[in-house]
Amino acid sequence: MKRRLLLLIPLLLFAVLVVFLYRGLAKDPAARDSALLARDFPAFSLTTLGDPSRMLDRSLLEGQVTLVNVWGEWCPTCKQEMPQLLALADHGVRLVGVDYKDTRENGRRFLDEFGNPFEVSLFDPDGTLGFDLGVYGAPESFLVDADGVIRYHHTGYITPQDVDDVILPEVKKWQQ
Amino acid sequence: MAAMTRWLMLICLLPIVVLSGAAALAAIEVQDFDDPALIQRYEDLTSRLRCPKCQNESIGASNSPIAADMRARVAALLRDGQSDRQIENAMVSRFGDYALYDPRLDTRTWLLWGLPFGLVVIGACVVAAFVLRRRRLEDRESGIDGLDEHERRRLEALTSRHDAGSQARRNDGEAP
Repeated sequence: MKRRLLLLIPLLLFAVLVVFLYRGLAKDPAARDSALLARDFPAFSLTTLGDPSRMLDRSLLEGQVTLVNVWGEWCPTCKQEMPQLLALADHGVRLVGVDYKDTRENGRRFLDEFGNPFEVSLFDPDGTLGFDLGVYGAPESFLVDADGVIRYHHTGYITPQDVDDVILPEVKKWQQ
Repeated sequence: MAAMTRWLMLICLLPIVVLSGAAALAAIEVQDFDDPALIQRYEDLTSRLRCPKCQNESIGASNSPIAADMRARVAALLRDGQSDRQIENAMVSRFGDYALYDPRLDTRTWLLWGLPFGLVVIGACVVAAFVLRRRRLEDRESGIDGLDEHERRRLEALTSRHDAGSQARRNDGEAP
C-alpha cells in the first residue's frame, strides 16, 4: 500500500506545476511593482506647465502625501482618467501632474478641456523625469509620502472603482 | 514546371522581403560612436536589455518610444565611460529586474538558478536508490545472501573443487 502511494508523487508534482502555470496564465504581464517603491522620488528640476520661468524641484513633494500623475495630451486613456482624478482632488488628495512628452500648448488645452485636478503640473517635454520614474506608458501614478518616498505605484488608468478601493485607502494609510 | 513557378514566385517575393526588412530597420535610429569597441558594447547592451513596454522585445529591436529613450540613455552612458554593469544598474533601478533578459543571481533568484541543479541531484539520488535496491534483490535471489561466513567458505570450496574437477575431466578428454 505504501509503495502504491509513492507512485503518486510524480502526479502530485505535476499537479503543483499545473496550478502554478495556470495561475501565471491569468496574470497581467504588465502589472509589475515599480522598482522605485520605498525609494526617494527622483530629483528633478523642471518648469511648470503654466509658467516657463518657475522652476520646481523635489522639495515640492515634501510635507504632505501627494499623488503624482504622469499624463500627456497625446494619451487617450489620460482623458478617461481625468474624472477620477478630479474626484480624488474633491476628496482632498493633493495631486501634482507631470505633463510627459507634450507641448505646452497641447498640455494647457487638455487641462482647459478636461478640468485641472492638479495643484501644479510639471512640464517634462523630453521625458527626463518620466524616465527616472521608470514610466513606460502614461498614465501612471505614484503616491509619495510626506518624506518624499514613493509608496504606491499605479500602472495604467485609475478606474472609478480604483478611486474608492485602492487609491483613497492608500492615501489614508500613508497620511497616518 | 512546378519547380519553375516556385522559383518565379520566390523571385517576385524577394523584393518585398528585402524592403520590409529595410523598413523595420529604418524605424530604429543609428548611434554613432568614435570608438568601435563602443559600437559592439552598444549592440550587446541593447540586445540584453528588455523593453518594459513590450512583452518580449529587446530595446534594440523595439519601435516603442520608451525603447528609443532607453537606447539613447545607453548610448549617452557609454559615451560617459560607464561600465556595462553600471548601465544595467541604471536601467534596473528605474524599470526593475524586468529590464534584464538574464536575471541576476541574488537572494531572490537563487531558487530560479538552483532548481535545475537541484532536480539533477534528486534525479541522481532516485536512480542510485533504484540501482542499489535492484542489486540487493538480485543478490538475495541468487541465494548467497542467506549464508553465514562458514557456509560461504564451504560453498566456495565446493564450487572451486567442482571447477577443478571439470577442468581435469576436460583435460583428460583432450589428451588422447
